[in-house]
Amino acid sequence: MSGDRVGIIGIGQSAFRARRDDANYPELVREAVVMAMADAKMDFDAIQAVVYSLSPDAMIGIGNAERLGVDAVGGRSKPFLRINTGGATGISSAAAAYYHVASGMYDVVLTAGADKVGECGDSQSVLNKIWDPSYERPLPLGTINMLAMSGLRYMDQFGMTQEDMAYVTVKNRRHAALNPNAHLRKVVTIDDVMDSRIISWPIKLLDCCPQSTGGAALVMASEKYIKDNHLDAVWITGVAHAAETYWMGDRMGNNPTAEHSGAHALARSFEKSYRMAGIKDPAKQVHVAELYAPFSNTEFHAIDSAKLVAKPGDSIRPLLDGEFELGGRIPVNPSGGTLCTNAIAVTAMARVAETALQVWGRAGAHQVKGAKLGIASGNGGDHQIFGTMVIEA
Amino acid sequence: MELLGRQEVWNITYDHALGETASTFYTLIRDEAAIYGRRIAGSNKVMVPPRSFSDETLEPTGEWVKVGPGGRIEAFTMVYEAFKNLPPPPYAFGYVLLDGADTALGGFFKGIDLTDPEAAAAKLKIGTRVVATFAAERKGEMMDFWFELEG
Repeated sequence: MSGDRVGIIGIGQSAFRARRDDANYPELVREAVVMAMADAKMDFDAIQAVVYSLSPDAMIGIGNAERLGVDAVGGRSKPFLRINTGGATGISSAAAAYYHVASGMYDVVLTAGADKVGECGDSQSVLNKIWDPSYERPLPLGTINMLAMSGLRYMDQFGMTQEDMAYVTVKNRRHAALNPNAHLRKVVTIDDVMDSRIISWPIKLLDCCPQSTGGAALVMASEKYIKDNHLDAVWITGVAHAAETYWMGDRMGNNPTAEHSGAHALARSFEKSYRMAGIKDPAKQVHVAELYAPFSNTEFHAIDSAKLVAKPGDSIRPLLDGEFELGGRIPVNPSGGTLCTNAIAVTAMARVAETALQVWGRAGAHQVKGAKLGIASGNGGDHQIFGTMVIEA
Repeated sequence: MELLGRQEVWNITYDHALGETASTFYTLIRDEAAIYGRRIAGSNKVMVPPRSFSDETLEPTGEWVKVGPGGRIEAFTMVYEAFKNLPPPPYAFGYVLLDGADTALGGFFKGIDLTDPEAAAAKLKIGTRVVATFAAERKGEMMDFWFELEG
């Protein structure tokens, strides 16, 4: 193995909740950072650069809140930059931290952030503002109805039913019940989901992620630093991003490049990550997956895009058969995933953190037995900017 | 201990410039009660809503092309939940591929009874023919038109 890999040496995650009235925004960031530093068994002096994970300002109601974060991450006199790719922000920040180390410029880099979505009076009102003011803002667009329309097209093309969607929630809640950091941990039934009120048809309340509050942090280091200091680590062996058109209406109609039922650029991003990691057959080589899926239906196209099945639409049957549950062929979102916890600025960092914990064998009650190779993803923008990682023991 | 909070409201006004292409699109809606797209030079594809450049060829788009008023539903949803600063529910909206266009245009669906969600969903299913319908008095904005079932 070459000596220039990048390892994750410290992980911090809040116990995510709807609100945290005991902590203001920078205190929440610091909480995750302190946990990650303790996990890495190092102090702030060892950190050479910081990548700050923060999605739309309006979600926490503080303009350019990375300024407040500088103190929380011990950023004084250090290189510091903010990353924002919407829902993908956390994995994009992890990727940027990776690049800092992989470039050879720094040996130890911290990435951290937090979100307080539960303090936002109406996150869909904020998210409506991500649409362009020329054509689409006058429509009541939000992330729920955007992905409801993706689900509708997935139903039309692959026969997904509302009960199939409900089962994704049932599965992920079972997983979240085992994860003390998850926000929604109550086990539910298909009937509970089907009987919950319609938000944006076909998406019902229990098909939706919550508005979560909490922080996350990762410490990364060069292989040389890790070996010289006799540290324990897991390794990022694949990292990639891909974007696609902003225009949702261009992902339908005549011969679209990217089809809105799926996640075209997520598949492109995974192809690149797999190539970098030397993975030829992900369905056979991947042991665990933490795939960003904030609404139940979107887990199907995430599994399709990660090529854990042969082709789009093939994820439905095996998911219902338990292949993607703890104990199944490739557990997907054993933490409960974004569907059970969504602190937007760090939700994709939690995917990286959870994948790292799994291949490290430190995931606790939701550990996938024997997992040595895992994948993580994050989706941001108007279902548009996708980050992926392969992490190995 | 007693934990305190404070409420903040953001209320910011922006005067957005729409640019030449969107301005032409809305002026034609206002003055002609018609929807126009822009043809991508080279690929013959017609983009609706019109954009001044193609994300595929990365070249400027060319001639204006009249599309619709008929078309087919490509996507819809029906919203039953109230969100702050968004219309009162229920409402149906989505995307329609207008005749002569290659990409889909967003708009509201009107004239559908949304009382029974499953029955309404069946009426709006993908592929259903609709027609763009224009307000009698038009201001040159998205709300000047909506989609109704054809026939």
